Amino acid sequence: MASISLTVNGKKHTLDTDPQMPLLWAVRDVIGLKGTKFGCGMAQCGACTVHLDGRPIRSCVTPVSAVANKKITTIEGIGTEANLHPVQKAWIDEQVPQCGYCQSGQIMAAVALLKDKPNPTDADIDTAMRGHICRCGTYSRIRKAIHTAATMTKETASTGK
Amino acid sequence: MNSTPPIDRRSFLKAAGLTGTGLFLGFSASANGTPALTNLSHDPKAVLSFELHPFIVIDNAGTITLINHRPDMGQGSWQAVPTLIAEELEVGLDQIQIKQSDGLRKYGDQLSGGSSTVRTGWKRLREAGAAAREMFRQAAATRWNVPLAECYAEKGTIKHKPSGKALAYGELVDEAAKLPVPKDLKLKAKKEFKLIGKRAPRPDIPQKVTGQAVFGMDIEVPGMLYASMERPPVIHGKIVSIDDSQAKKIPGVKAVIKAERPMPHRTSEAVAVVATSYWAALQGRRALKIQWDNAGYDQTMTTARYYNELRGKASQPVAPYNTIGDFKAAYEAAPKKLEGFYETPFMAHAPMEPEVAVAHVKDDGTCEIWAPVQGPDAAIQQVAGYLKIPNENVKVNVPFLGGAFGRKAYLDFVLEAVSVSRQVKAPVKLVWTREDDITQGPYRPGMLSAMRGAVDAQGDLVAFEHKLIGESIQRQVFKSPLGEKADDWAGESINQEESPYAFPNANIGWRTVETDIPIVWWRSVYPSNSSFGHESFIDELAHAAGKDPLAFRLALLEKKEGDVAKRFVHVLKTLREKARWDQPLAAGAGKGVAVARSFGSICAHAFFVSKKGNGVAIDRVVSVLDCGMYVNPDNVRAQTEGNIVYGLTAAIKNGITFTNGRADQTNFHNFPVLRLDEMPPIIDIHIIENEEAPGGVGEPGLPPVAPALCNAIFSATGKRIRKLPFDLNAV
Repeated sequence: MASISLTVNGKKHTLDTDPQMPLLWAVRDVIGLKGTKFGCGMAQCGACTVHLDGRPIRSCVTPVSAVANKKITTIEGIGTEANLHPVQKAWIDEQVPQCGYCQSGQIMAAVALLKDKPNPTDADIDTAMRGHICRCGTYSRIRKAIHTAATMTKETASTGK
Repeated sequence: MNSTPPIDRRSFLKAAGLTGTGLFLGFSASANGTPALTNLSHDPKAVLSFELHPFIVIDNAGTITLINHRPDMGQGSWQAVPTLIAEELEVGLDQIQIKQSDGLRKYGDQLSGGSSTVRTGWKRLREAGAAAREMFRQAAATRWNVPLAECYAEKGTIKHKPSGKALAYGELVDEAAKLPVPKDLKLKAKKEFKLIGKRAPRPDIPQKVTGQAVFGMDIEVPGMLYASMERPPVIHGKIVSIDDSQAKKIPGVKAVIKAERPMPHRTSEAVAVVATSYWAALQGRRALKIQWDNAGYDQTMTTARYYNELRGKASQPVAPYNTIGDFKAAYEAAPKKLEGFYETPFMAHAPMEPEVAVAHVKDDGTCEIWAPVQGPDAAIQQVAGYLKIPNENVKVNVPFLGGAFGRKAYLDFVLEAVSVSRQVKAPVKLVWTREDDITQGPYRPGMLSAMRGAVDAQGDLVAFEHKLIGESIQRQVFKSPLGEKADDWAGESINQEESPYAFPNANIGWRTVETDIPIVWWRSVYPSNSSFGHESFIDELAHAAGKDPLAFRLALLEKKEGDVAKRFVHVLKTLREKARWDQPLAAGAGKGVAVARSFGSICAHAFFVSKKGNGVAIDRVVSVLDCGMYVNPDNVRAQTEGNIVYGLTAAIKNGITFTNGRADQTNFHNFPVLRLDEMPPIIDIHIIENEEAPGGVGEPGLPPVAPALCNAIFSATGKRIRKLPFDLNAV
């Protein structure tokens, strides 16, 4: 057991935990943020995606000790129903989720993509999103929603709203 | 969500009737913590909930709660069920709270399965809404002392037309609840619908994009422990010895216990590690040293052996689904004969949320469950049966399901959690790993379609044979002795009613081959197997006859009497137009069509492909679905998109194979599924408009996927694919 400090969604947490515990379980079961999901445990499906200093990582294979004193953002830190991130808003506009279980990870990947490439091509979307599995089959809508979010962000920037 | 629990209307009426003094039983909204049932008749501020119908609970503060009795696994029942009620109740979707049913008998059958929610609830749920609306109208007419005909319902309010007076349902509910439930209700015609058939945003989506939606994996209850279970690597194997010395050294591990995995056909031995965190439980499990006795299943549970047995049965007679004329004579006499074996693999469901359940077996002889199950009523029965306690002693809470596809109608994971909680005397959350999900089953059964057919010199089909051979869910899971009967569940899509081709001579039937590999429903189940052979072979016959495959099908369907055949014809003609089927193809391009009726709906796909390297690329998919009347057209499209993706995965990604009793696939690296960058660039879905009774939507889009794709590949390359899965990049 070890004492590990990390910042999640702007809030500092100090955990007394097995340093090998994956960040996924630390976030879900120790800190209590359940929006980040367990899907495969071996970085194959993307359901557990969170941001480490703004970059998407697979929390299911990241030991919590590896993110000591670092800044983590989870789906709960992206936006709320009252204050949605453009990607979340686009996800609602395009009615993306079905079961919804993979969507936290999909959204985290899309947010990171748009930060890098505010106007992504379909090829950019392929590259950024191919690591994320959706068994309900919402892929076409995910692609469309990313384009919608990009447009929305551009319009917001140009009108200053 | 409305936190005020409804009271049973009958108990309310009974209590009121007994005292005769207008006793109101309700839950005080001002109470903190657990609400207590109290006599609130002297409390003018009390919020009283009235159950006008098991599906409709309205309180006198105006909150309208509608019950969804079919767990939502992504298919949209969370919206569809309340919409059907709200349409006749005359309330807007923005005025309601939605609550999941808890398995009690008053809600009826609560299984999400067989694409049945809308088609079975279509009349019953609208009638419930209409009955409650009429009770409000009557209550208002009585209060105002005006003729009933002058009162109408709109947006949760009864209005008096001549005077413009209005009363909200909440203001009328205590009077309405005392009225008899009206009968002989007149339901709206399609043209009068305000909600049904209109695109509306799904109410579950906002919480699913913010991480707030609660899935089974997210349940936490006070005092909860976590469990991870080691099951025999050869399913049904027996424990010889357990060395848990290393496991018990893991910090947080509380217990290592012998537990079990109760499956419908057999209970398997297992070892559970119980800990204060899931991570500790998993570490403890990995540190176990268990010696297993494979009990001979390493010899019998091998898929290569199973398929050999299926092929061996192909020459034997079948129990009939559809027998027309004299197949044998017509086949033997025909100048052009074809035959082929079509094989489909076992398939894991691999819902994104692995199986998980929280169970609390309590000292007082009751048990509470929190689990993502497709059927809360089945969960009550199975848990009660397992613990040998009355159904009333089991309480089931169903959160959102992170996908299911049939897997979460198989409740082994719930009973496992019960078996562990009973021993450790605490609430236990039992979590499956992805490896557990993929290696332990149950699976969609792999099947063989043994096909024979013939065309005459004029290019007309004269004989058609389809022998569907494989393991039966009815036999293995539901223990129904089939005897010499055809498995009627397995015959969906190819039986007499659902495959309306006018075959002059046909022999279509079923033969069981048993296996110990656990099987269960899967998205569209048998039609996903049988349509591959059925619709690919029709294509083979069309080519043998020198005819266009779509025109060949139309000719066979137009000869047949009846509504089903007429609807097939309309679907195919619509597809021909929407897909621009008759346009010439570019060099190296191909097109394929397939159509199937399943779960009460007809779906046809046209696939367009081009040669690419050693394989093909899918350029375009056009779909036409006749599902009768439907609730939300956007969700119908979403389900069809999902069916195409799920069906493509089953066609071109790995299936499940067993070698020496063990699944060869373990996780998404060797059980790959379709990903975003592999999507067909164009998916164009068309819904037929009519006033037919609703059919299913969650599954009917799947069965024609594989045959339409393979028919397109034949058209482009001349290569006939008869075994799934195959590699799209090397055909």
